[in-house]
Amino acid sequence: MATLMYGLITGILFGFFLQKGRVLRYDKQIAALLLEDMTIVKFMLSHIVVAMIGVYFLLDLGLVQLSLKPTILGSVIIGGLIFGFGWGLLGYCPGTSLGALGEGRTDAIWGIAGMLVGAAIYAEAYPYLLKTVLTWGNYGKITIPQLLGVNHWFVIIPFIFLVGALFNWFEKNGL
Amino acid sequence: MKVNDGWSPYLAGALSGLVSIGSVWFVGKYLGASTTFVRSAGMMEKIFTPERVAKMPYFIKEAPIIDWQWMVVIGIAIGSFIAAVTSGTFQIKPLPDMWEAKFGPSIKKRAVIAFIGGIIAMFGARLADGCPSGHGLSGGLQLAVSGYIALVCFFIGGMLSANIIYKGCDE
Repeated sequence: MATLMYGLITGILFGFFLQKGRVLRYDKQIAALLLEDMTIVKFMLSHIVVAMIGVYFLLDLGLVQLSLKPTILGSVIIGGLIFGFGWGLLGYCPGTSLGALGEGRTDAIWGIAGMLVGAAIYAEAYPYLLKTVLTWGNYGKITIPQLLGVNHWFVIIPFIFLVGALFNWFEKNGL
Repeated sequence: MKVNDGWSPYLAGALSGLVSIGSVWFVGKYLGASTTFVRSAGMMEKIFTPERVAKMPYFIKEAPIIDWQWMVVIGIAIGSFIAAVTSGTFQIKPLPDMWEAKFGPSIKKRAVIAFIGGIIAMFGARLADGCPSGHGLSGGLQLAVSGYIALVCFFIGGMLSANIIYKGCDE
């Protein structure tokens, strides 16, 4: 029960910031995919950088654990491309669709309905996919620092500079 | 438009990153959204065919119950509503501006494309085992290899379809 309450609070805060960041808009999501306005990329990378520093710091202190999704090349690449194609049509991702509805964007309802159907179809196809695509190129739960064989801060610090340079470039080009 | 239109996406994104840290620290949970659609679809199917749902491997893996992430997803709608109402930006809007400018005022046309897009997107997200929250944000912040591969593929797929519908036809 407490876990559910934490979930609700986390969601409310997250939804609040998503709305403030103007991320919940079809126009912003499509403009990013047309490389015209990088609002959602700015939001995502800012989230990633801050949370990366915090979580890895806590990890070093032994206070948290990572929870990685396995790198299965077949399903992540094929699934990722399929997701992306649908995302470009819908203009909302699963999380932002609910947020968009929250700020009055009623067209998200059609997308939410479609996503429920998509989930049901996937559940039907799962036994077959489990024997095929989900076995293609499984490298397990790996991180970039593990892949490179270095301490995570040797990846995090260059990553921060890279993101900083990218943000600078966005601002210079009015993206 | 309205006066108070929002915050810098850098600031809002960074603050949402703090929410992620808090969630990982206090509850041990990383943000995600798409599994909730599986659980919800399972809950609806369970009403009609409970025996069948109980035997389906995917609904055994992702049980049709209300869990932490399910509450997060509902919370996102509530949080967005609070932010929109308190800043005067809440507005019932059946069509996005960009869409209307390109495809006209037909709600039916938007509904069909959004519905189809939703089916495709969720099938892909489940196959990839995550969406821009689970793979993009949570995978990204953990420096997961899967997260960055997924994120690149999300954008390639999205750039393809967005360019087809906005730049492919006529002009």
